Amino acid sequence: MSLDLPLAFAALMGLAILMYVVLDGYDLGVGMLMPAADEREQELMVASIGPFWDANETWLVLGVGILLVAFPAAHGLVLGALYLPVAAMLVGLMLRGVAFEFRVKAEGWHRGLWNWLFWFGSFLASFAQGLMLGRYVTGFHPGFGYYLFAMLVGASLCGGYVLLGSTWLILKTEGALQRKALAWARWGLLWVALGVALVSLATPLVSHTVQAKWFDFPRTLALMLLPLATVAAGWMVWAATGRLKRGEREFDWMPLAATVAIFALAFAGLAYSLFPYVVIDRMTIREAAAHPSALKFMLVGVAVVFPFLVAYTVFAYRVFRGKARAGQYE
Amino acid sequence: MDTAEALFLARAQFGLNIGFHILFPSLTIALGWLLLYFRIRYARSGDPAWLATYKLWTKVFALSFAMGVVTGITMSFQFGTNWPGYMLRVGNIAGPLLAYEVLTAFFLEATFLGVMLFGMNRVPGWLHVFSAAMVAVGTTISAFWILALNSWMQTPAGHAMDGSQIIAGDWLQVIFNPSFPYRFTHMLLASGLTASFVVAGLSAWRLLRAGEDASARNTLRTGLVLAAVLAPLQIVVGDLHGLNTLEHQPAKIAAIEAIWKTGKGVPLVLFAVPDDERRRNDFAIEIPKGASLVLRHDAEAEVQGIEAFVPDAPPVAPVFFAFRVMVGTGVLMLLAAWSGVWATRRGMLPQRWMLWTFSGFTFAGWIATLAGWLVTEIGRQPWLVTGILRIREAVGGISGAQLGASLTGYIITYTVMLIAYLVVLTHLAGKGANA
Repeated sequence: MSLDLPLAFAALMGLAILMYVVLDGYDLGVGMLMPAADEREQELMVASIGPFWDANETWLVLGVGILLVAFPAAHGLVLGALYLPVAAMLVGLMLRGVAFEFRVKAEGWHRGLWNWLFWFGSFLASFAQGLMLGRYVTGFHPGFGYYLFAMLVGASLCGGYVLLGSTWLILKTEGALQRKALAWARWGLLWVALGVALVSLATPLVSHTVQAKWFDFPRTLALMLLPLATVAAGWMVWAATGRLKRGEREFDWMPLAATVAIFALAFAGLAYSLFPYVVIDRMTIREAAAHPSALKFMLVGVAVVFPFLVAYTVFAYRVFRGKARAGQYE
Repeated sequence: MDTAEALFLARAQFGLNIGFHILFPSLTIALGWLLLYFRIRYARSGDPAWLATYKLWTKVFALSFAMGVVTGITMSFQFGTNWPGYMLRVGNIAGPLLAYEVLTAFFLEATFLGVMLFGMNRVPGWLHVFSAAMVAVGTTISAFWILALNSWMQTPAGHAMDGSQIIAGDWLQVIFNPSFPYRFTHMLLASGLTASFVVAGLSAWRLLRAGEDASARNTLRTGLVLAAVLAPLQIVVGDLHGLNTLEHQPAKIAAIEAIWKTGKGVPLVLFAVPDDERRRNDFAIEIPKGASLVLRHDAEAEVQGIEAFVPDAPPVAPVFFAFRVMVGTGVLMLLAAWSGVWATRRGMLPQRWMLWTFSGFTFAGWIATLAGWLVTEIGRQPWLVTGILRIREAVGGISGAQLGASLTGYIITYTVMLIAYLVVLTHLAGKGANA
């Protein structure tokens, strides 16, 4: 049996990007929520993401790395078209990454400045990622309407990350901060609803290929499970935050789990729309793929390393399970 | 928008990014191992002074590591955006090497760094030591892969052709290409020297500020002793690396030594102002037949000059000067380390002027590393991959305006980051391990 290498790497890239969006999404979201919290709460919020953010961002390197090395032709096309939002995202990620370290060591107004940069960097990176998504799903078409659309997707992704961040805080904190996070989560959910709806409507309008894939009876009926499940997951977030508000504490993991489900389902829908294209209607994964010898060599590495990677990631999350405690470098 | 300008901007941006990035890994690779050493000393002795030392340097490490991570993410994008021709031509070789770095090193170090920084009270002692070890191993594995790739670009080996595509014929030959063992060792030693001077320099700064601090005295001694051992090793390895370069990249050696014409009994240029326009040296101070003697161990031997490699010859002046800055800084570092070991013998505290000197040498490793990096990277011009791909063939279609705008953004961001980094480092060191 011969392995379909481009397909395997497309799946791997999808997994890495989804992992990145969910994992860095919650810590970017926490960064964007900083101004809404008081000083003591900010310490807890930062402490809740401290052990994880480095590794979370590594998934971005893996995702773009696979795009670069497994689909070099697409990498040039995609990142060339997205050059400025990518640069903005990188500046944002840099600012927040170092602000994270600097704010702890700073005093007085310096600390205020780094807090602001932490918020600004998180926001800039999130918005730029949404912008990239918006441009990507519309095939990089020029035109005012398309840019406006991309800006709306940018705002929605910020909302999505706020939802991830606040549901993460619901899991990792308690008391007053957790109650605040419950309110934040509901706001985030509204933005996510808007974003998912926008992207779902836009992709079939822009591309006839996508349209044909979704509106093809009777397959459409089976495909409707995807949006239905997404709505159900959204309802679960709403219901679970409601129960937590009424003081039922045991379900503090439920909003985050349901949010992750929303992201995974939306991602699956997008993947279904695009496949087998890596650039919508322009380049397929097979056309963009690197030489089989390179892909095979990498696949060996992936197969050997992935179990370890999963094992020590799980280990790290187990070490820091439970509610976050303030304090740097215990 | 002409290509020359886009090429210049693409190079300026990538050079700025990679030059800024290299500062932090060159510190953290070896600092990771030093942290492990501090952590083990604490585990064995239970002495709170070692714990305080470990915690202080952990903060420095976390800060430097974060700087390295965020600038490294930027690099992973710029490989493709600035040099699309690079990935199209040699992506089947460069790609997997980069992928292996991400898979085997980045996740390992980032994940265990979280446990190391925040998990001391959450995991058993042995597991915390293990986490510190994994961070150090991770940084070193990362250096392994990136230097394998860099070395392959300098001295390609093990590749084959499939139609018009370059692919790997033998991965072991690709990874262990002719210059790799020398370059890897040279880089690890450079990192060791960078870290030991940062540790010694900041400890000296602390002693100047506080007068007495047992932990700072310990780390001053540790840094100086380590540097005193590594500096002579680095000179030997550097020399071997040079001989290896002579064999595989003779054009780079001609630029380093400012030899323009091929000939027998070539003099060794100690100092000169090389003129790349007219291909000659001004104000030269030379030792007759020196280059033939040093490079070929025979006073009458033939040495190739720049003229033998035209039009694919590197510019001479920057390589020539950068090499002298590297060697000069290295010699000064050796002298500082040895006199420092003498001045701190039997628990003595060095005089204030010596402490000031060590403080002044805090970032000497960065100067030498950057200079060495300029020698090796400018010395391979105009090639991106020696004999296979020229830089101007790899540049992409990003417009000058976009490059200029993002370059401005990067310059502002890096300036802010570097200033903040230095301020915080000085501040941390001033407070010492008691903070």
